[in-house]
Amino acid sequence: MRFSQTTRTALRGLRRNITRAVLTTLGIVIGIAAVIAMMEIGQGASIAVERTILSMGANNLMVLPGTAASGGVSFGAGSVLTLTEDDAQAIMRECPAVRNVAPIVRVRTQVVYQSKNWVPMFIYGTTPEYLEVREWTNLAEGTMFTSREVAASAKVCIIGQTIVRELFFGESAVGRELRVQGVNLRVVGVLGSKGANMMGMDQDDIVIAPWTTIKYRVSNAPSATGSSQLASSAAESGMKSVYPGTGSSIYPSTAASGGTSTFARQRYVNVDQIVIAARSKQEIEPAIAQITSLLRQRHRIRPGEPDDFTIRNMTEMTTALTSTNRLMTRLLLVVALISLIVGGVGIMNIMLVSVTERTREIGIRLAVGAKKSDVLKQFLVEAVILCLAGGVLGIVLGRAASVLVAVVLKWPTAVSVGAIVAAVSVSATVGVVFGFYPAWKASRLNPVEALRYE
Amino acid sequence: MIRLEGIEKTYHVGEVDLPVLRGISLEIAQGEYAALMGVSGSGKSTLMNIIGCLDRPTSGAYWLDGEEVSLLSEDELARIRNKKLGFVFQNFNLLSRTSALENVMLPLMYSEPELIEREAARRAEEMLVRVGLAERMKHHPAQLSGGQQQRVAIARALVNNPPFLLADEPTGNLDSKMSAEIIALFSELNERDGITVLLVTHDADVAHNAGRVIHIRDGRIDADTAEKKEPRSPGAAQ
Repeated sequence: MRFSQTTRTALRGLRRNITRAVLTTLGIVIGIAAVIAMMEIGQGASIAVERTILSMGANNLMVLPGTAASGGVSFGAGSVLTLTEDDAQAIMRECPAVRNVAPIVRVRTQVVYQSKNWVPMFIYGTTPEYLEVREWTNLAEGTMFTSREVAASAKVCIIGQTIVRELFFGESAVGRELRVQGVNLRVVGVLGSKGANMMGMDQDDIVIAPWTTIKYRVSNAPSATGSSQLASSAAESGMKSVYPGTGSSIYPSTAASGGTSTFARQRYVNVDQIVIAARSKQEIEPAIAQITSLLRQRHRIRPGEPDDFTIRNMTEMTTALTSTNRLMTRLLLVVALISLIVGGVGIMNIMLVSVTERTREIGIRLAVGAKKSDVLKQFLVEAVILCLAGGVLGIVLGRAASVLVAVVLKWPTAVSVGAIVAAVSVSATVGVVFGFYPAWKASRLNPVEALRYE
Repeated sequence: MIRLEGIEKTYHVGEVDLPVLRGISLEIAQGEYAALMGVSGSGKSTLMNIIGCLDRPTSGAYWLDGEEVSLLSEDELARIRNKKLGFVFQNFNLLSRTSALENVMLPLMYSEPELIEREAARRAEEMLVRVGLAERMKHHPAQLSGGQQQRVAIARALVNNPPFLLADEPTGNLDSKMSAEIIALFSELNERDGITVLLVTHDADVAHNAGRVIHIRDGRIDADTAEKKEPRSPGAAQ
């Protein structure tokens, strides 16, 4: 029997009891609809998470200074001041996987405008490249300060939306002057809104100034992470082991120059961290490798010795967040799959009834020359058609449900082509798996007995 | 031609063996018109099912056109049922809610899958015209009289041009007028087209029409009108 004929025969068989066919498929319809709705809502959540991550800067890496240890006591990440602005420039110059680099100097202090004051979450000293690294180039107002202003440690800054709201009550801030630790910084630009980051920190609560300005004019402390005393002692003790005996203009030997002068020089060139944007997601790993080898070389770390810096991959956080999200989606998917199996059992049940009911038909077909395989095919195709029809209906219902969720609850949803493909193949598979036993039973009927069946 | 030798059929009902056929040897030549007669339970229907390849004998040999049928696989039996034998039943056994035309086309769908729909329909129509149902091709079985339904069944049996037509009490559910029509149709098919006809009946009038009458009793051949002309020891293989 030709496939088209088998299909036609199967369709005719189903049409004979359309109500039952529809009710039978209901299990599959609900299962598939659940899968589709789950996947679309899950996909929407993933995209929302991705967007949040993107707001923190896509493909970003962060280089932090290493850990100092004194007599077995570790002072934590960033307690050694090993990164310099030169490192940042070298990374930009020599690492092909890196798109852009910006050094950062941090302080946390009070900002004053007229009679109002505020302690911003972030006060960053950096270069104009920072905005490009963070993909934050859409300024609401004004412009970013220039490299020339960085070189001149000009008293300028740009501010985030939260600062505008808190200090200027939403009025135009460009041209006004903020006082930071007694230094007047003229606002040259206002950043566009970025919202909260993954940790719930307000990214708009930020003041960005040239790093030289923050370093030389605003900040008196060499370190933003530890206390100055801790950092300086750590720096001195750490230096000896990290750069033994070599005369470097950046890291002069403490033995040769003596405590205070060494400290003083460090103060002017160290940065708290370097943020880096890799060219693409795929180039994050190569970028890490390139930066590691470059910095080890620049810091003269011998093979076998530990790095004096830490590279933090921001995408790791992404992965953690998406994996939580994915776990939830998967759990729901398992529930949906169970309902699919239940639906499949329903189909098997009804197909078994159908085979019993149509015993005489099977007998007639066998008597006029149908082979066992013809009968098997006929019932199998019926089951598969039932399931596929259920699958298609389920996709439509699932889409409708996710659209409803998007419209009514305002949840983000997204069409998941993968889910649709999976739904169709799963429903066909359910049809084959659960349709096989009844079809096999039908094909095993003895023609004489089947014809005698009433 | 049909040749049976020592055909036995035993049903197992629980612990009890129930012999239905106890050694049937029979030969039906090409172009013959034979009637099998016997009381209920004599085993004539069982014999008919074995000849029609719907059932297998417990022991014995069955040659159909020189082919030892009892050795064939299920699929080959299906092919024989499809191509060589046309089977007509007492209760017609048509697919309900399916038009007469589609019922007649059914064997073609299994025998010649490459046959395009239109050609199959043409052949089925031809066959329905031949059994006198040109006007009722689109009717469903429920819309046809018993005689008409049996004609559809005969058309279905013959659509593949089989050399043998087997009928198990074809007039059992019909009134005498319709019976006469069906019997006339069998005679016509036998005489004009040379189709070998073997039918089971317990109606003496129907049997009378056949050229040869074989009586079955308790699973054995009791009498065979052909034996008189051509004497042979009955049940030779016993």
